Amino acid sequence: MQITLNKKWLALGVAAALTTTATFVVAVEDAANKPMIAPKTMADALHLVMDSDRTVYTRKIVNRLAAKEKVITASEHFDDEKALVLPAQMFRFGAEMVAKRAEKLPDVNFSYSLQSLWPVNTQNAPKTDAEKAGLKFVAENKGKNFYTTEELGGTNYFTAIYADTAVAPVCVSCHNDHKDSPRRDFKLGDVMGGVVIRIPLES
Amino acid sequence: MSKRLTTAQYWWLWIVASLALTGLLAHQFFWQAGKSLFMPGDLTDGHHQFADNCETCHTKPFADGKLLQEACIQCHGDLRKKPFDSHPLSKFKDPRNADRLETINALACVTCHTEHKPEITLANGLTQPRDVCYHCHADIGEDRPSHQGMAFTTCKDSGCHNYHNNRALYTDFLLKHADEPNTKNKAEVPAKEFATVLDQILEYPRDRYPLEPLNGGQIDAPDKVSFTAQVERDWLTTAHAQKGVNCSACHQPVDAQGQQSAWTDHPGVDGCVDCHNLEVESYTQGKHGMRLAAELPPMNTADARLPMQPDARHKTLTCTSCHAAHRFDVHYAAAEACLQCHADDHSLAYENTPHERLWQAEIAGKTPPNTGVSCATCHMPRVEVDVNDWMSRTLVTHNQNLTLSPNSKMLRPACLHCHGLGFSIDALADESLIDHNFQTQPNVHVNSIEMAEEDHARYLREKEAAKSQ
Repeated sequence: MQITLNKKWLALGVAAALTTTATFVVAVEDAANKPMIAPKTMADALHLVMDSDRTVYTRKIVNRLAAKEKVITASEHFDDEKALVLPAQMFRFGAEMVAKRAEKLPDVNFSYSLQSLWPVNTQNAPKTDAEKAGLKFVAENKGKNFYTTEELGGTNYFTAIYADTAVAPVCVSCHNDHKDSPRRDFKLGDVMGGVVIRIPLES
Repeated sequence: MSKRLTTAQYWWLWIVASLALTGLLAHQFFWQAGKSLFMPGDLTDGHHQFADNCETCHTKPFADGKLLQEACIQCHGDLRKKPFDSHPLSKFKDPRNADRLETINALACVTCHTEHKPEITLANGLTQPRDVCYHCHADIGEDRPSHQGMAFTTCKDSGCHNYHNNRALYTDFLLKHADEPNTKNKAEVPAKEFATVLDQILEYPRDRYPLEPLNGGQIDAPDKVSFTAQVERDWLTTAHAQKGVNCSACHQPVDAQGQQSAWTDHPGVDGCVDCHNLEVESYTQGKHGMRLAAELPPMNTADARLPMQPDARHKTLTCTSCHAAHRFDVHYAAAEACLQCHADDHSLAYENTPHERLWQAEIAGKTPPNTGVSCATCHMPRVEVDVNDWMSRTLVTHNQNLTLSPNSKMLRPACLHCHGLGFSIDALADESLIDHNFQTQPNVHVNSIEMAEEDHARYLREKEAAKSQ
């Protein structure tokens, strides 16, 4: 008799536990998919990661090992010269890998690039009206970002542009000395270009 | 006296002719591998070996462009990535290039590599729009004053620019090699590394074939197999016998499940691939072995578009076609074997060229190893290939197309080991010199290095001006 009662309570307890767990899982699932991040917030978050990684690579890898410790060089011809990739190449290779990996993730849709009004490679000069206006804005308004929307190839995009600043002496020396650089008077802390992030506004 | 057909007879004639035509077409379509009647135009030199198997590219009936593209990537994907693709698809998928895609669809291989259109096919099987570079690089004259006045159709000339790897002859590289002599003091190609790195290759089947010399008494061929004393002598002289590679290694290769197969008298590439996988892989990427990559029977010389020797018109290509078993004489394979089949002007002119004399001196032991120039030195050069994540080795690439199309791809893996860059660029641009196999000096001059020097002088002037400001 006692045993039967215990079984009932046990069954009830298990059912309650399962229900609670299921509710919790569903709630977590819902929370994970609840639309709450605005395109601007997403772009700001992406940029924070990109800019931090880029600064770490430039300061702690390239500037430290190539300029300060002088144990290795950094070169755009990194394969031939057995050298570190340049910070701009690191950024671009990452952007290309993101584009490739994102193809397999239908919910993940954004692109980014590094551009400049004074590009070493002219293919990285601003091209769209938004890029032209944004790069000019971030160069002239230090500390401020530029946000807009634009239509490209029939799709509307939220486009955010962030200043890209000379965060280490190697940024300045390399750009001032590069044979294809259209500007040779950069100083540490100058805005040298901008990061352009695009998020499509419809699927 | 002629007799006119009645209307009914005309009808019967029409029905019979229609049925016959239908039967002929159905036979071609359903039961003939080639389907040549349906081919809309000749295939390029790169793909003509697949004329008997449309399914190699047209993997499904009525396949759309996406499936066709997948077929391109299936064979060419890896080679596009290595060593470097300067126009990767990801670049064009960036929305900022959407307008460019409307002019040139850089996402589809067929934009520049379409098939069955011999009337618009250019050198190296290309069908690209003549102004393909112009649409994105129209302002190159402003960036590079040395390029002002050049026609937009000349970008690819002399190998200066190559869409998939445009860095082969970049300015700094030209400057670095600007002052090299025509022929270098130390003119030799890298040594092959296989025997020396065998103990580092994890996948090598050392359990079955320990790296110890074998003698005639240790032959492991089944008793029922008979062979001549010459076969045994040949085997004993090879690195195979010296490194413990017994008969069963090639004649009874292990299958995918790890089971040793039954004895075969004439093993194909299956007998070699266990140890020489990288060589076999490159072999299947070139004209000699590409049919194997498509799981078709090996190429037959009868299908070759290049001139062949009259008595070599029906040879089947496999590893032993050039590496005659059981001697596996690499000297023979590197030149003499090629000339058994190839009979074009360039091949026929090889004998008694400076390159060939160096080759004869090396194989006669009169000069140091790696100083001779065989056919393989340039067409199957020794390149460094990754074996796995932690090591690479220098091996003979068996993809003889790797250094052609365009021939400037030959500069780094072949020419520059012995010759200066300027001399090499000129030589590769001189078609008549190529025809007579480099018997004399180049008569063509490409001013790539002068252009790089001119651009460097411009840079120094700009830098000086910036300093004085």
